[in-house]
Amino acid sequence: MAEAPGAQAGSGTLQLVSRRTHLKELALKNLFLLCAGVAVAGVVLIFAFVGVRGWPIFAEVGPWAFLAGREWNPTAGLYGILPLIYGSVVVMLGALVIGTPLAVGTAIFLSEIATPRVRSIVRPAVELLAGIPSVIYGFFGLIILRPIVADVTGGLGFGAVTAWLILAIMIVPTIAAISEDALRSIPPGIREASYAMGATQWQTIYKVLVPAAKIGIIDAIILGMGRAIGETMAVLMVVGNAPVFPESVSEPIATLTTQIVMDMPYAAGEHRTALFGMGIILFLVSMGLVALVRLMSRFQTAMESGR
Amino acid sequence: MSKRVTNAIALGLLWTAAVITVAVLGTVIGYVVINGIGELSPRFIFTWPEGVAAEGGVWPTIVSTLYVTALAMVIITPIAILAAVYLAEYAVQGRLVGIIRFAADSLASVPSIVMGLFGLALFVEAAGIGFSMLSAALALSFLMLPIVMRTTEEAIRAVPKYIRWGSYGLGATKWQTVSRIVLPAAMPRIITGIILSTGRAVGETAVVIYTMGQAINLPVSPLDSGRPMTVHLYLLAMEGINLPAAYGTALLLMILILAFNLGARFFLRRNRKV
Repeated sequence: MAEAPGAQAGSGTLQLVSRRTHLKELALKNLFLLCAGVAVAGVVLIFAFVGVRGWPIFAEVGPWAFLAGREWNPTAGLYGILPLIYGSVVVMLGALVIGTPLAVGTAIFLSEIATPRVRSIVRPAVELLAGIPSVIYGFFGLIILRPIVADVTGGLGFGAVTAWLILAIMIVPTIAAISEDALRSIPPGIREASYAMGATQWQTIYKVLVPAAKIGIIDAIILGMGRAIGETMAVLMVVGNAPVFPESVSEPIATLTTQIVMDMPYAAGEHRTALFGMGIILFLVSMGLVALVRLMSRFQTAMESGR
Repeated sequence: MSKRVTNAIALGLLWTAAVITVAVLGTVIGYVVINGIGELSPRFIFTWPEGVAAEGGVWPTIVSTLYVTALAMVIITPIAILAAVYLAEYAVQGRLVGIIRFAADSLASVPSIVMGLFGLALFVEAAGIGFSMLSAALALSFLMLPIVMRTTEEAIRAVPKYIRWGSYGLGATKWQTVSRIVLPAAMPRIITGIILSTGRAVGETAVVIYTMGQAINLPVSPLDSGRPMTVHLYLLAMEGINLPAAYGTALLLMILILAFNLGARFFLRRNRKV
């Protein structure tokens, strides 16, 4: 399958392949670059199409009234999304508080404690947890967790508490996988040095390994945050969908994502614009978190090369 | 002594975290299986839902889900693989590659409802495709792109350097080396990545809910609308009128997801040994 043997010497430069082959290779390279550019095109298109639909709400209602407005009541022309932002933040923080220890604990377990045999069970389980569709988590939360939460907190069980429990489970795979990578990338010699000093396994973990993997674990938590803010269906099915400031954690709330799904079927005009405006805010937040993670890894590389 | 006690307690807590994680997975799967298993029958799988309470089966939703997933896979797989080839084999570290990677990471973290709004605005409305398999598949393909790109790039990078040197040494060009040596060697892991991303598309709800439509329909052409299993489950669960059918749908969905995940795992294990 050899190409025409090269050596058609070009204008003075050394050519190892024929001009045709060279052009073909160049064309292919640019085709591949084009394919890679689809990812960039995707981001630009999302900005363009969600942004253009959402822009009027910033222009007409005003960014302040939109972002800091305390009342979401489209029929009255009030498009304040502060209660929704509040809902998203409350749901995300609670999920992080419950999910992070579980996820980081599982990551440490996988990387430091588990024997290969135990690991071969726990690791696929964590990966499978990431594969379960969010609508099934939501269904589980709605039918199983909600009544239990209702018994404990009173009310119907629709609200932040149920969402915390469901989301905590859903962010475990994200946080655990990245934290585990960070822990496993620590050279074994560092552990051995710690044991040689007489440290126990736990002392090694929390005084040596966790500090060494700190940046990776923070990255994992930030990405878990992104997952929690962006999660839609599972939260939608358990928060009760009331776009208000709740008086307690057991009362129905709504988040940015859930309100978009709830209102989309009937929203028109300015209301619809507001939903796209919320979409673009969600997109900016998720991109901001990704940028933060990249900045931190750059910071870490700089630190390490400076050491 | 106290140092040992602390150690034992701490290790016990770490064990607990892992046990809870596995137990939660077991509980969710167990709950879906136990409640759904009684619903599964050929009639449930192969007949249409009837009436307001969606009595009967879920056949059109299964077809819609598989249709849109397959379509999205066909659209995105070649693009994602070639993009990964560029990043792994051709690209020189620099600003351009940085931008591409940042874009891919951003796509991977876009909230699914935002992807749904995007699909609605661009494909359904601006491009005039309407609620259809094609609109939903295009929106889904942007979701799958970063996943397939990342797994493919890792797979290509895992191919040992000396294999490439051998190929170049025989006078092969870059593309010959990539297409006949590197890609075949990386293929098992690439296919695993594709299967995993497909599993992700099967379970996706928020992206398809406003791009595919919600009416029950058996899609034939890519321009037909439909209702995927996830949306069917969501509507049944929220309306609470036909819980048995919701359990049945959830179990079918879970079986599909498990099949994709375990299939990918099995495929990788079998092919890596060769």
